[in-house]
Amino acid sequence: MFNFILLILIYTAIFALMAIGQNLITGYVGLLSLTQAGFFAIGSYVTAILSVTYGWNFWLTVPMAALISSFFGLLIGLPTLRLKGDYLAIATLGFGEIVRNILNNWDSLTNGPMGIQRIPMISLFGIQISPYKKWGFLVLVWIFVLVAYFLFDRLAKSRLGRALEAIREDEIAASSMGINVTRYKVWAFILGAAVAGVAGSLQAEFILSVTPGAFTFMVSIMVLCMVVLGGMGNFKAVILGAFIIQFISYFPQLVGLSNVIPPQFKQILFGLILVVMMIWRPQGILGREKRSAPRRLFRSGGDV
Amino acid sequence: MMLLETTKLTRAYGGVVAVSQVDFQVREGLITGLIGPNGAGKTTLFNNMTGLDTPTSGKVYFKGADITNRSAHKICRMGIARTFQNIRLFKELSVLENVMVGLHFKTGKSSTTGRVMAAFLSYLKVVDEYELMNESAIKWLEFFQLESLKDELAKNLPYGHQRELEIARALATDPTILFLDEPAAGMNPSETDSLMKTIRRIRDLGITVVLIEHDMKLVMNICDTITVLNYGQNIAQGTPAEIRHNPKVVEAYLGKEET
Ligand SMILES: Nc1ncnc2c1ncn2[C@@H]1O[C@H](COP(=O)(O)OP(=O)(O)OP(=O)(O)O)[C@@H](O)[C@H]1O
Ligand SMILES: [Mg+2]
Repeated sequence: MFNFILLILIYTAIFALMAIGQNLITGYVGLLSLTQAGFFAIGSYVTAILSVTYGWNFWLTVPMAALISSFFGLLIGLPTLRLKGDYLAIATLGFGEIVRNILNNWDSLTNGPMGIQRIPMISLFGIQISPYKKWGFLVLVWIFVLVAYFLFDRLAKSRLGRALEAIREDEIAASSMGINVTRYKVWAFILGAAVAGVAGSLQAEFILSVTPGAFTFMVSIMVLCMVVLGGMGNFKAVILGAFIIQFISYFPQLVGLSNVIPPQFKQILFGLILVVMMIWRPQGILGREKRSAPRRLFRSGGDV
Repeated sequence: MMLLETTKLTRAYGGVVAVSQVDFQVREGLITGLIGPNGAGKTTLFNNMTGLDTPTSGKVYFKGADITNRSAHKICRMGIARTFQNIRLFKELSVLENVMVGLHFKTGKSSTTGRVMAAFLSYLKVVDEYELMNESAIKWLEFFQLESLKDELAKNLPYGHQRELEIARALATDPTILFLDEPAAGMNPSETDSLMKTIRRIRDLGITVVLIEHDMKLVMNICDTITVLNYGQNIAQGTPAEIRHNPKVVEAYLGKEET
């Protein structure tokens, strides 16, 4: 039981990373993109392939996962820029499915539907961080979340974040204020992809194996749900959203009813959450964070 | 040399020729009026000069440089700012933040380091940068006496203030030319009066103003020169007195209103 809660918290962290990226794209720039499953998959496979096939250390595979995911973020961001709303959602959903199909069929690299097993565990200063010892892993993944939260939240509070919000509010006015709309949209895609790639690396290390079946479009839908539920444009809120969605999706197992409640229940519930939130509380549980003056990080003797 | 001019600018939407062979000139330091009946092509001409629309044929020159196919953000960065006929504020952002968006690219440019480096530095210096932008934004709000409303969301401002905020935001980009598309639309007489004074104050800052306006009293009062469009064509230009007595204009435009 207690172990189960730790498991939920670990998955909360992994998905919170994706939700943080999604929040930049959807909460700030206002783009309804459904790509996170694809970048998550890419990140997972980068870590799996580099560590199993090429014997890389996990810590070196993480930046590679971020880099390669961002590259695909750029690739998907550029052509879909002119699409809006539903059209963008459909096009980006297609991207995730293409990634999954490639992973399924590129046998020589990905080992096809069998996936890659026996991924070496993470070690840090000689200490092994094994997914079997959940406490250690929990601390590790939440450190990643804290770092991502800090970086993205700072970014959002800088003038770049303001430019992204201006684009969301009115693209034409933003471009008439000297903002390069195309460039910023692509950057949002790149950064959102990078952090989802890192989430993928952690996922690979938690399961110690990767299979294409783990990266269906449901992952993207779940991440979107986390952002909508918590509150678009609020990084704390989307982490809360990640927890609630993970809690709901493991609830049947938690109370020992997984035999009674079919797995499809989750999908119905997520759909319902999206609809209900859109109608009654479109701003999410916590709502958008009001832009305010950023605070100094270090100030001698002052408030921090 | 004209500060800005179009030569034989044409914009057709399918069969509709919104702007036809227009030569439009803006002389530095003056207030230029652009008038004409509804649907005459005034807004279309603005859009084609500010990069939001591309002419079917013809050219746009700014300080002698051909800017015909340049994108809107580049044109803004060259020193051309504008407001919109249907106000386009960033509704969910505060009044202050709206003006700060106008300061966005200037703040980035102050750094001489490379682009990536500049972005990284501005990231580290979020607070310094904010304080700097805050200070100039407040100055522009004070210009319109909007500073006490700085924390309101833009969408909650009364109409007249929204128009003023849009001008403040445009001024924050530090333009050479300011295009105003019907700034007095929806304003009451006293607001229009104060707008008139504001436009003169903007001119006194050394900014060249071009405005589209249906309020004839305002146009005749503050414009140094006026261009008249009718059915997409430039039918007259001259001083307010000349325009008032131009038979073509009276027939096309004023005649309709004054009889
Ligand atoms: N995007 C467009 N597609 C098709 N037709 C357009 C478009 N934009 C403008 N038009 C047409 O071009 C003509 C000129 O429109 P424009 O908005 O420039 O007029 P205007 O002089 O600004 O009028 P108003 O005083 O009503 O604002 C109109 O007939 C309009 O219907
Ligand atoms: Mg118009």
